[in-house]
Amino acid sequence: MKFVDEFRDRAIAERIIKKIEGFDSFKANLMEVCGTHTMVIFKQGLKGMLPKNVNLLSGPGCPVCVTSQEDIDKAIALARDKEVIITTFGDMIRVPGRNSSLEQERADGADVRIIYSPSEALKAARENPARKVVFLAIGFETTSPLIAASLLDAQKEKIDNFFVFATHKLIPPAMEALLKSKELNIDGFICPGHVSVTIGSDAYRFIAEKYDVPCVIGGFEPLDVLQSIYMLLKQIKERRAEVEIEYFRAVHPQGNRIAQQLISEVFEVTDVRWRGLGIIPKSGLRLKKEFSDFDAEREFQPKVKRSKENPDCACGQVLKGVKKPTQCKLYRRICTPEKPYGPCMVSSEGTCAAYYKYG
Amino acid sequence: MQPITNMVKKFQHDTRKILLGHGSGGKLTHQLIKSFVKKFRNLPLAKLDDSAVVKFKGKLAFTTDSYVIDPIYFPGGDIGKLAVNGTVNDLAMVGARPLYLTAAAIIEEGFSLFELDRIIDSMNRAARAAGVKIVAGDTKVVGKGGADKIFINTSGIGLIDSGVDISSKNARPGDKIILSGTIGDHGIAILNARGGFDFRTKVKSDCQPLNAMVSQILNVSKNVHALRDPTRGGLTTSLNEIAEQSGVGIEIEEEKIPVKEEVKAVCEMLGFDPLYIANEGKLVAFVPQNDCAKIMNVMRKNRYGRDSQIIGTVVSSHKGRVVVKTSVGGERVLDMLTGEQLPRIC
Repeated sequence: MKFVDEFRDRAIAERIIKKIEGFDSFKANLMEVCGTHTMVIFKQGLKGMLPKNVNLLSGPGCPVCVTSQEDIDKAIALARDKEVIITTFGDMIRVPGRNSSLEQERADGADVRIIYSPSEALKAARENPARKVVFLAIGFETTSPLIAASLLDAQKEKIDNFFVFATHKLIPPAMEALLKSKELNIDGFICPGHVSVTIGSDAYRFIAEKYDVPCVIGGFEPLDVLQSIYMLLKQIKERRAEVEIEYFRAVHPQGNRIAQQLISEVFEVTDVRWRGLGIIPKSGLRLKKEFSDFDAEREFQPKVKRSKENPDCACGQVLKGVKKPTQCKLYRRICTPEKPYGPCMVSSEGTCAAYYKYG
Repeated sequence: MQPITNMVKKFQHDTRKILLGHGSGGKLTHQLIKSFVKKFRNLPLAKLDDSAVVKFKGKLAFTTDSYVIDPIYFPGGDIGKLAVNGTVNDLAMVGARPLYLTAAAIIEEGFSLFELDRIIDSMNRAARAAGVKIVAGDTKVVGKGGADKIFINTSGIGLIDSGVDISSKNARPGDKIILSGTIGDHGIAILNARGGFDFRTKVKSDCQPLNAMVSQILNVSKNVHALRDPTRGGLTTSLNEIAEQSGVGIEIEEEKIPVKEEVKAVCEMLGFDPLYIANEGKLVAFVPQNDCAKIMNVMRKNRYGRDSQIIGTVVSSHKGRVVVKTSVGGERVLDMLTGEQLPRIC
């Protein structure tokens, strides 16, 4: 397949691995921030191809995994409202809340629909004027421009039965929170490709400059990942800390200006809670005042108990790259993809699911 | 087959629907059953006794399956064709020659009789193509909402020649694994037919009978160890089942597995893996290395096996596990699917 097979070429992979093996004089902890990178690494078996001194850590870049228990409980409370049609990306439906999940609610009669794009949620609102359609807006800078665009459409068309439950998060502040944490020792970041299409490489400059940690924005094919690892090792070896773009066929230093404008037109930055990481300042998006009519939380005011996450679930440490899933008490014994405890096991991009499936 | 224009005309005039009365056991039921009998025309059925009576001598294979597919028409087939081929293929996978099928339909009140006619026609064509007879059947009508349009169950029996011993327990280290063609066609065709994506793809379901190919294989070698048709759960599930049941390890090469470009593209876009997508007319054969070449030869000559490939080998290490060598040169364990495949979101 064009534009895919070229990036899975075995001979080129072997050449890059040779070059990576040349950097054998130091140990490097590299974090792939994005869940899609984690999946590619496992699916293509890249870990086994790398030399022992290169250690890959999986980061917090799986939107389902970092959604707080409280937010999931709120989504479940919304689903119980008979007036409401819940529209959501597929991964969310199996995430367990305190004592239910959207999948469970659906079996009990809730109207929960899996969609692929926010525009489908808006379409459901148009087609069901007597119902209230709530879109569970999770994700990073990849999905937020799409949601902003559908909100602007809803505003223009004066659709008054479309609501957004906004739990959007931002990647660079989470990376900074990881660097501030004393538990971790990260020598380089493989930065998410698609987030960077929106925000550009400049958004990570403070990480390289302030924390002296090299960053490479990588694409999602196996050769992209290998090349990104090579570029990071080269920076470490040469004692440089810069933001480099490996995924230059899609990423521009300034990013996608139109998408950025859409986000800032509809959302404003706020402090939010990340599962396992706690509250990170200025790391989330909430709807601006002008769009508060579309705010599902304001409209329905879902009441949930402030709940603690299961203390045995190590999702938090897994998300930070401090623990491997195999070091979690629940992993494989109690927490499996059929009956997941934590979100890292639910999402196909979750580190625990990746370990379980391909490990 | 009628010319299309005639069919359209017929469709426009034929607005008759299935009524609850069709299930009452009275005249309407009789008419309904007749519409099947008329098409399937064969001796044991025409007697209309409570059971079909057939003669047998030898080892029998016996299987059943229910078909509830949505939508009932899809590119490359329909629920009728699927119901016949599915059961025919299950029989073929133990090396049996499929002979007789039963067909039972549960029909929703209000279902169009014209559509029912089309489905019966399609079952009839599929049965003829596979060389089997539908010798007994049943219809039930349930109230509106009691079923979704039409559900069909077929059961089948087939005869196994002496000397043939095919079982998912029989794979042995050293066996070569042959796949009869491209994977994922059926699943992607259904996904697309369900709508919502508007992919402009012409991918058709591979719904087709495999019994002729199996008998050609058995003609050149009776040493086939295991056969499977990877339906739900895809190739991965079949390979894992055989690895587990035979207590062997399996190694396959991703590069060798044929996947249509369109199927690859849809999978890339939605975050699916073709190795987990359903097929309805493909088989994997576990055969001793010595017989591999002649088996490949007959498979490739069959119209349903032109793209056959040797995709891997059975090994004695990592028992119960399937390991795939990825195209880029890495290795990963290929585990069974848990839950349903969900699309990725970013």
